[in-house]
Amino acid sequence: MTSPASTDLAPPQLSAGPRPAQGPAADEGLARRLRALACTAPLHDLDVRKANLAGEYSVYAMAEVALAAIDLVTLNMDFDTGADHDQIVARLLPRVAAQAPGRPAAEHERVARWVLENLINVGSVDRGFRAVYGTFGPDGVYTRRDYDFKLIEEVPGHDGTVYLRTTDEAVNVLVGALDTDVTSAQIAAEVKLEVLISRGRLADAQLAAEQARYRTVQYSETLRRTLEATRRNVRAVDWLRTVPDMIAEALDHVADRYRHENAILTNIRKARDEAETGADPKTAEHKRRAAELVDIVKDCIRRHTQLQSRLLEAGPLFRAEQDRQAFARPTARSGLDLYGQLLAPLLPLPVESAIRVTDAFFASGTGLRTPFSVRVGDLVDMLLTPPAEREHLGAEMPEPDLIATPDDSRFSEEQLASAMELLDLEHDAPRRLSGLLAEARRRDPELPYLVALLAVHAASPPVGTAYRQGERRLLFAVDDGTELDDPEFGGADLIVGTALLDAVGMAAARAEAT
Amino acid sequence: MSDHHAEPPAAWSDQAAPQGPPSGPMSTTASGAGGVTPADAADAARLVSFGLQPKLLPARDAEYAELLRRYREDPAFARLADAVATGLGLVVLEVSPRAGMAVTAGEDSVFAVRMGDYARRASAESADRFLHGLAHLAVAAMAFPRPEDLADDGYIGRITVNGVDAFVRQACRRLEERADEQGDNTDPASDAPGLEAAWRVYARRSATGATKDARRLAGSTTGIVGKAVAFLTDSGFLQRTGDDAGGAYRTTARYQLQVRDMAGSAAMAELLELGVVPVGDGSATLVAPPDGDDLDLAADAGLPFHA
Repeated sequence: MTSPASTDLAPPQLSAGPRPAQGPAADEGLARRLRALACTAPLHDLDVRKANLAGEYSVYAMAEVALAAIDLVTLNMDFDTGADHDQIVARLLPRVAAQAPGRPAAEHERVARWVLENLINVGSVDRGFRAVYGTFGPDGVYTRRDYDFKLIEEVPGHDGTVYLRTTDEAVNVLVGALDTDVTSAQIAAEVKLEVLISRGRLADAQLAAEQARYRTVQYSETLRRTLEATRRNVRAVDWLRTVPDMIAEALDHVADRYRHENAILTNIRKARDEAETGADPKTAEHKRRAAELVDIVKDCIRRHTQLQSRLLEAGPLFRAEQDRQAFARPTARSGLDLYGQLLAPLLPLPVESAIRVTDAFFASGTGLRTPFSVRVGDLVDMLLTPPAEREHLGAEMPEPDLIATPDDSRFSEEQLASAMELLDLEHDAPRRLSGLLAEARRRDPELPYLVALLAVHAASPPVGTAYRQGERRLLFAVDDGTELDDPEFGGADLIVGTALLDAVGMAAARAEAT
Repeated sequence: MSDHHAEPPAAWSDQAAPQGPPSGPMSTTASGAGGVTPADAADAARLVSFGLQPKLLPARDAEYAELLRRYREDPAFARLADAVATGLGLVVLEVSPRAGMAVTAGEDSVFAVRMGDYARRASAESADRFLHGLAHLAVAAMAFPRPEDLADDGYIGRITVNGVDAFVRQACRRLEERADEQGDNTDPASDAPGLEAAWRVYARRSATGATKDARRLAGSTTGIVGKAVAFLTDSGFLQRTGDDAGGAYRTTARYQLQVRDMAGSAAMAELLELGVVPVGDGSATLVAPPDGDDLDLAADAGLPFHA
């Protein structure tokens, strides 16, 4: 089936003629495919080598048994261990036996074990396979490379036994990638798109994603209209063929796009996050593109999900409307067809005739209004009231009624001035807090509290503020470990002093910083 | 409900619903004593006054519900309430728990809505007068697209302002296309503006327009439709359900009664008098348009179909 998605998937650029696959990126794709191809080689090899076995084994389809074995291992391995060797052989036996029913069971088991052992490649040292392929490096030099891989590997279990696990290569190629309808144009188109992205043709990918999004929006709009029309009149919409076809098509579209866009998202996110921005503006551009595409694809997925939920509601809605409209008990009254019998015949009439009909409809179709009645007394009042002056500045603000809040400050202004005077120390003559407190106490019994407070604040002087404001002196307090000996306060006997600040230097530094 | 409407005056049918001698406790003096007390008259008038508040729902007001129950169970009280309504120049459409005391203004009643009060321009400009009337008709036609919908008491119609406008506009455009096909010159003679085809008046008027205060342009067709639905909402005929597509509304039982029993037939009689005899087979004439016909409609019109 050629769903509409597939046409969208092939962006116009594709038909503009083949672009020569050049550069390391293109070669990278080739290398990847060569590696994937290599993974299938051991399976083909089984069928080639079965002739060398002692005995007549050509009746067995070894590749089929091998794929079945890989499937079995994949399905039977759980997260921490793997599949049991003997169990796999036992499960393979029915298939092997079916291929050659006449042969003895011992031979069947031998074939199954042979296939499994060859998949593990028991004969080789590292129990794996190797394929050789060549690539062009970025500098144009052709290099041969070895590709080592395993299909089924043996892993130790908890109890010292050996379990089988399929490797990532086997899962990706033999379970995942081969499970493909090779004739599907749609999948081919999707693969093309993925290739476009992986080779950095993000612009094309973006276009394809946007086109798919338009298609989704189109579907949503069509569906919404159809449902709206259905709600009014089931018969106005062809629910026999057109709409079910449309819904099926749209659902396919959603399913395809959803699967595909999630793949794109994963891919592109990787491209976005892994691309090194560096100094290369081209990479930065790619990265930005990738980020854009992520947004677009996310939006696509959101829209697809929306469309899908609406599509799923469409059937029930149609059935409910059909029940209501088509199967409802016919009413005894014959209804008036407002459109067909009134509105449609009315529109071609000359307006002076049509107005009589609309007037009649209006007069009896608007219901009633309770008339306003005015008492004369109210009327006089209303008429004599001067009109409220309208100001374009808005209503006048009422004079705010201010209440003086009681001054609940602990210390008066005089006390603060006195304390500041006390703390106005010479820069080269710092004093102990104890001495300051004693002097303050002589002036005013409340003053020591303020002085102590200021001194404690000075222990963490606002250097940043002083710097920004360009102040010349700053009160500071340092604890040198001496204990404070005071009747009212405890703690450290701070050394309180005044630091002179280099106002000129600070100003210069500020100018530099800006 | 359909049996209620077998008799022509629908309003009186409900009271006949409990057939035979009234059973159960009759709490009223009217039927018991055979005479009408001032208290009964006050109750009947109270019920009618409830009916004059179309947005009031019986389910929300215990006294209203109780009076309705009494109307339905006590034929004498029902006759009294009907008489009060008739005396005030009201027509009783239906008395039921769903619609309440559905009354509407009779012709020349003090409660009737006059076009001049409805829209000031409409009294001077016949085109505006026509458009306002047409808007009301179009709202009804969209709300009840099939004859069955108008007849079915359980039906709730849904409309949007833009949808109504688009639907009339589309009907007009089809008439224009038909005229073009026939080579008619639809431009009216300048000395006989009254002979201009009705659809042209609508088609000429702009669908919307920019205003300084971002409100709908009152003279545009969406403005006119918007005024109609707002007015109908005030009449308790529509309920606003959303803001999409210029405002979405659904119909109430009262609106259905009003259109079915009053407006539809009145307009129909007028049309017949003009010599236009529309023939219908009882099936809906609103059908889906051919594909691609609706692509240049207003956004969110939501109604791609017409006759």
